[in-house]
Amino acid sequence: MESLFLVIATLCYLSGTIGYLVYLLRDREVLHRISWSILLAGALFHGAALVMLTIETGHFPVTSIQEAISLFAWVFVVTYLVIQIKLQLRILGSFVSPLAVIFMISSQLLPTKAILRNGSSGSGWLIAHVASIFLANALFAVLFSLGIMYLLQERRIKKKNFGLLYERLPSLERIDSIAHVCLLSGFPLMTAGLITGFAYAAMVWRSPWNWDPKEVLSVVTWMIYAILVHERLTVGWRGRRAAWLAIIGFLATVLTFVLASLLLSGHHSVISGNLYG
Amino acid sequence: MSHIILLGMNHKTAPVEIREQLAVACRKEVNPLGMLPNLEHVEELVFLSTCNRVEFLFTCGAISEGISEVKALLRTHVGLPTSLPLDSYLYVHKDLEAVKHLFMVASSLDSMVVGEPQILGQLKEAYRFAVEFRTVKTVLNRLMHKAFSVAKRVRTETCIGSCAVSVSYAAVELARKIFGQVKDKRVLLIGAGEMAELAADHFLRQGVRSMVVANRTLERSIELAARFNAETVPFDSLLEELKTTDIVVSSTGAREPIIGYRDVKARMRERRNRPLFFIDIAVPRDIDPKVNEIDNVYVYDIDDLQGVIEFNKEERLSQARTAEHIIDEETIKFRNWMESLSAVPTIVSVREKAERIRQNEVRKTFSQLPDLNDREREAIEVLTSSILKKLLHDPIMFLKRKAQRDSLAVYMDFTQQLFNLIEGMDEVDAPQAENEKADDQVFLKAAKK
Repeated sequence: MESLFLVIATLCYLSGTIGYLVYLLRDREVLHRISWSILLAGALFHGAALVMLTIETGHFPVTSIQEAISLFAWVFVVTYLVIQIKLQLRILGSFVSPLAVIFMISSQLLPTKAILRNGSSGSGWLIAHVASIFLANALFAVLFSLGIMYLLQERRIKKKNFGLLYERLPSLERIDSIAHVCLLSGFPLMTAGLITGFAYAAMVWRSPWNWDPKEVLSVVTWMIYAILVHERLTVGWRGRRAAWLAIIGFLATVLTFVLASLLLSGHHSVISGNLYG
Repeated sequence: MSHIILLGMNHKTAPVEIREQLAVACRKEVNPLGMLPNLEHVEELVFLSTCNRVEFLFTCGAISEGISEVKALLRTHVGLPTSLPLDSYLYVHKDLEAVKHLFMVASSLDSMVVGEPQILGQLKEAYRFAVEFRTVKTVLNRLMHKAFSVAKRVRTETCIGSCAVSVSYAAVELARKIFGQVKDKRVLLIGAGEMAELAADHFLRQGVRSMVVANRTLERSIELAARFNAETVPFDSLLEELKTTDIVVSSTGAREPIIGYRDVKARMRERRNRPLFFIDIAVPRDIDPKVNEIDNVYVYDIDDLQGVIEFNKEERLSQARTAEHIIDEETIKFRNWMESLSAVPTIVSVREKAERIRQNEVRKTFSQLPDLNDREREAIEVLTSSILKKLLHDPIMFLKRKAQRDSLAVYMDFTQQLFNLIEGMDEVDAPQAENEKADDQVFLKAAKK
């Protein structure tokens, strides 16, 4: 049942994305409304599937990288749906929804091996860790999309070379201010996620820091965002450089999330999961 | 025969300091037109002064004397020291060149921003003053009216006019793409010019509340500030204003850029990197193009803005060519009219007209009296001819005597009107359409000759 729901959700995300891409080319409000509704339907199916999975297995669906990315995709779509309601930046959907599809499809393609032997063992710390990290990363994914939008628009204005996108994209200041909100809400969540992660590690492995590659990469990613936040608040860093750093930060996040889990050894990774198992 | 001379300077020939000094002096209560009675060689005079140009249009019999008198008038009126080498800034156009130049100015082809709409109004104002001071007579009266109709023709037959309006519109649209809302932004207006004022007007209408004016001359600053409900800042401290303004509209006409890369770069940190948008309407440019390379700074010069609107460069060039063609055509028409003002052609046409009437009437008489023999016919021919000859003798002698005078044009023009040599030619203040009709006839007539 839940795999059927996941397929439906994927199809919803896909058609929502197509709708939003058409919306990018054609300014019809109805396109946006339909696409947004389809994404919402997808998120509902996806959510239902995740709940069923949790009930069935008795633990949060974060025990394999496949489950983790799937859960992340869901958090990401829900985050976008909420941001859209709050900020009404319709064109953002055209840049965010393709990411949702990529996450969703890659979650189906990646191996289903377990990362953690038993997801429920960490109790509250693990839930807090996963929730805050996922929400932070969802916000950073939106920040990444905004960064791309900013760079596209900035380039058009700077090079004085206008096209269709120039018409459709919002003003630089608007993109930048939304990015500001995403960054300033995502960063504390990420910090909290790291702290709870260390607390969980201290409980399970009796040491908060184990030189696990994922831990190291997480801290590096955190530092990228820390620089961004710091520069923004002190000297008002914005625009192109901030957009690039947001993009680099998110790529580092993806690296942390996917590569470290797949390839490197450590207790967050598949191999170590096997070792523990 | 008198010559038409146009003497002046514009944004292309004179540095802004000199032009501003002139423009300020010329805004004084004393209009230089009032000095005409003191000028021995100058017959008619029109004085035009805008932000970017100061021009004297006059007619005179002796060219070099006339020019030196007007130059002296310029010097004394403005109070320039004799040591200042004025000549290098001035251009002097004679006769057809002057006519063409005036037509170019009126059609806004000689403006800093080609097609800007204000110049025609300024020229009409200049003409109104000249009429008030009674310094325009036959030639300039006609020339000025002609200039207005040429400008109108250029405006309707090419899209040069719509170009300039959309430039300032494009500037506001771009500001919207950078800032989203422009309402809470601060606009700095550097220098003044028709185009800059147009852009400032546009921003005001978009709800901009905070505007600052920086101008080299305080009077102009105050004038603009009052118009746009703005503050004024000294010209020298305008770089400091970059810390607080968001949009800069610049059109000073300075020779060198007034804002360089370092000026802006150094102030971006203090601005906390808030975006800064320069609209550089001046030619040559006021803002160093390198400034555009700074992050969060956007520089658009007039070409960029024109590029924003659909008009591509080639289209604009071809429009300009069309406009110049119109002007050349009108210049030739005016030349033909000018030539008709000298004594000989006028006398010839008076005689021709009289002869034409005589022949027509004689033919009618002959057709009613078929019985006349050749001798009788000849007698009638001789009779009518000698009546005409005697009747025209005095007027023609009068015109020949006047041919040596400076006031020739007045008499010639008067004679042409008296004898209705150019059909449909009305008084100069007649509606434009009729004027144009008259012009066409002059042209046709000249072509026949």
